Parts: sequence; structure tokens; C-alpha cells
Amino acid sequence: MSTRPDTDPIIEFRNVSYRIRDAKGQTAKLLDGASFTVFRGETLVLLGRSGAGKTTALKLINRLHEPAEGDVRVEGKSTHEWDPIALRRHIGYVIQETGLFPHYTVAKNIALIPHLEGWPEDRIEKRVNELLALVGLDPQQFHQRYPHQLSGGQRQRVGVARALAADPPILLMDEPFGALDPLTRGEIRHEFQTLKRNLGKTIVIVTHDINEALLLGTRIGLVDGGKLVGTFSPEEFMRFKEPSAAPYIAQLRELERAGGTHESG
Amino acid sequence: MSLAEFFVRHRSEILQSTGEHVWLVGAAMLLAILIGVPLGIVVARRPWLSKPILGTANVAETIPSLALFGFLLPVPWLGDRADRLAIVALTLYALLPIIRNTSAGITGVDAAVREAARGMGMTDRQILWKVELPLSIPTVIAGVRIATVLTIGIATIAAAVGAGGLGEFIFRGLAMVNNQLILAGAVPAALLALGADFMLGVLERRLRPAGLTAH
Repeated sequence: MSTRPDTDPIIEFRNVSYRIRDAKGQTAKLLDGASFTVFRGETLVLLGRSGAGKTTALKLINRLHEPAEGDVRVEGKSTHEWDPIALRRHIGYVIQETGLFPHYTVAKNIALIPHLEGWPEDRIEKRVNELLALVGLDPQQFHQRYPHQLSGGQRQRVGVARALAADPPILLMDEPFGALDPLTRGEIRHEFQTLKRNLGKTIVIVTHDINEALLLGTRIGLVDGGKLVGTFSPEEFMRFKEPSAAPYIAQLRELERAGGTHESG
Repeated sequence: MSLAEFFVRHRSEILQSTGEHVWLVGAAMLLAILIGVPLGIVVARRPWLSKPILGTANVAETIPSLALFGFLLPVPWLGDRADRLAIVALTLYALLPIIRNTSAGITGVDAAVREAARGMGMTDRQILWKVELPLSIPTVIAGVRIATVLTIGIATIAAAVGAGGLGEFIFRGLAMVNNQLILAGAVPAALLALGADFMLGVLERRLRPAGLTAH
């Protein structure tokens, strides 16, 4: 297999569908025949409205969902062939609500996976401090705090640190900055952009925010009504004439007109 | 003779009955916790089992206590010893609040916390022991607290089948139309209930995991 950064497929969707049975016993397709590839070191942003199927696609990667049809492959192996625990420990996972354990200190939250993996104490301790510094939190000050003593932005930073703890090669982020106020969101987004450049991870981010998609994505996958419309570079996306992309571009124009909060630069 | 004098004169009998009462309730609560907490976990984890388990516990709860003691009397082995029978009956009463609270505690864990735990690669067992149970502790103890207070009251009826306890005074007092006798059973039982409630309340706060804000 080639190890050139742009041609090494890390995540592959091959005609993947996922459906659920609703309360009336009818099946609904949340994802319909999606095919795409994420290469090593890439950041793919799945952009779409609420309920478009972005989160579903994300959860198919770490096997929180299993495809009804098609095949999801991670590092060349179908997620069915992976042991689900090994697969998930191989993939960092950040969600909007952070899901920090309220009864664990910040340090213990970050140390969770290294602990389960049986790392020696001193190595864990070193790693926790390193990660806290990495996400811009003073280790001295935040080490022993509990999640309820943190602001939303600080919690999200801890969530990112926790996902990175065991140094997984893949990172999945579901609306990671969605719950933050616009100022904090902008700040963290920019910091994360710098951070991800240095990390060299393969990242899939779910968002409904066109700014975020353009800022963070090396490619943008547009998801609409359970279908993947296509994947585009940010420049391609801006030129894309498909009606499903129009609302996002219009949103962007509106933001630009309103006073240049456009952050794609 | 004043009530106080009556209590002083009969203090050794009252103490003995209180001891029996504590034994009945203590043994029943221990059993109920050992059975109820695992059942509560099952109810939370396997929704299809929740109806049969909660249904059965619910039915046990609705049987009038005097009748339940009576029903159990002819059961072999159980009926052989009055305290054994009483403990089993009290356990049945204590089960429902414990099962229900354990299950509520577990299902009440923030869905995002559970999703993060699963998404990071924790096994079901690790999620149970490291996340769900620690976060459920306050709710589980609240259930034990309710069950204990309930059981202390119901245990007075155990005297009807000869299991002793503070109910002895109450039944004797009723038969002899003697209020002091009734109070000699009722007052210590009420004090026991208040004391247990207070102590379990303290325990609930003590065992609440650090980092959880008080409600």
C-alpha cells in the first residue's frame, strides 16, 4: 500500500445505507448509498442540515451504527471485521455535548483511555499535562477541576484533549463547536485549525456551519436528505451550482454582507 | 401512670422488641438491596424485561401487608419460622423502590456521557462500573431510604405471625384497648424510621461522587 499522504485511503464508504424503524414500524433511510473516501491526513467536513444523515455517517465509522447495506472500511478493513472496542480506541471521538464524565476530574477524564489501555501512571500524568497545554488550558489550574466547574469552551477543549489522549490516528468530531457562543466558537475553531495542522490526523467533522466547513475542511462532503451529493474542495464548493449547495453559499454571502465574520480566509 | 413512667418500667421489653424489629428490617433490607440493585440494572439494560420484573414487584407492593404475611404462612420452609417468613415478606415490599430507583438512576445518566463512553471504546461492563453505577449512587440510596422507612412501618405487622418486633406492643395494646401499650410500639417504630431516614440521608450525601452538584 502506498504511504503517500494523499493517496492512502483511511476511511472508505462503499455504497453505504443505514435505516431505522420508527415508532410506527416503518423504516426510514437515514443514509442512502453513500460512497466516499477519506485519505490519510485529510480533513473531510460533512456539511448538511439537521437530520441530513451526517451524524449517522460519522457513527458508522466507529461502529456506533452498523450499515444495513454496503461496507464501511477503516484502514482497509471492514468495520465488521474490526473488534468494535479496538476500532473505537483507534478513533478519537468528540461530540457537541462533550459527554465529559461529571464524576471525574479533568485529568481523570483525559486519562480515561490511557488508563483502560494500562499505561503506567507517570506516562499518563505526563500525557495529561501535555494535552492540557496543547488545548490551551493551564495544567496547574485545570488538572483537578470537575466538568461542572468549567465554561462551555473549556469543556470542549477538555473533550478534544480526551479524544487525543491515546494518540489515535483518526478523529471524529460531531458539531464539536456547535454549542459555544459565537466568539468562543471562532476562537476555538482557529486554535483547532492550527492544532490539526500539527497533529497530522485523519479527521472527519460534522457541521451545519458553512464557515466551519470552509475553515477546517480540506474537502467538504455535502449531505442532503440522506444522500451524499458529492465531495468538493472549498474552492469547488463555492463554484458548485447544485441547488442543495445554494443555501450555504447564500448564507455565506449574507454573513459577508453583514460585516465580514466570514472566516474562510 | 404517665407514658414516660410506662416506658421506663418496660424499657427492657421495649429494647428487646426494638432489637427484633431492627433485625427483621435490617435482614430484609440487606436481601432487598442484594436482589433489587442487580434487578434494577437488568431493568435498565434490557427494556423487554422491565415489564415482567417491575410488574411482579408492583403486584407484591399492592398486596395488603397483613394478607401477604398470611399467604406466605402455609409455604413450606418459609412458614417454619416466623422471623424467616417476616423477612421474606418485608424483602418483597422493599424491592420495588430499590429496583425502580436503580433503574431510574442508570437510565437517567446523560445520553451524551454514555455515547462518549461507548464511542471512546469502553466495554459495556466498564460503562456500567465506571460510569452508570457511580452516577446512580445518589438515586439508588434514595430508593434504599424510601424502602427502609416503608419497611420499618410494615414490620410492625410481622407480630401478627409471631415474628416479634415492635408490633407486639401495638397488637397487644389494640386487644387490651391500652393506648400506652400501643404507643410503646408506635413511638420507637417512628423514632427508628426517623433515625434511619436521617442516617441514610447523610450516607446519600457522603457517597455522592465528587463533581456531582447537589440537587
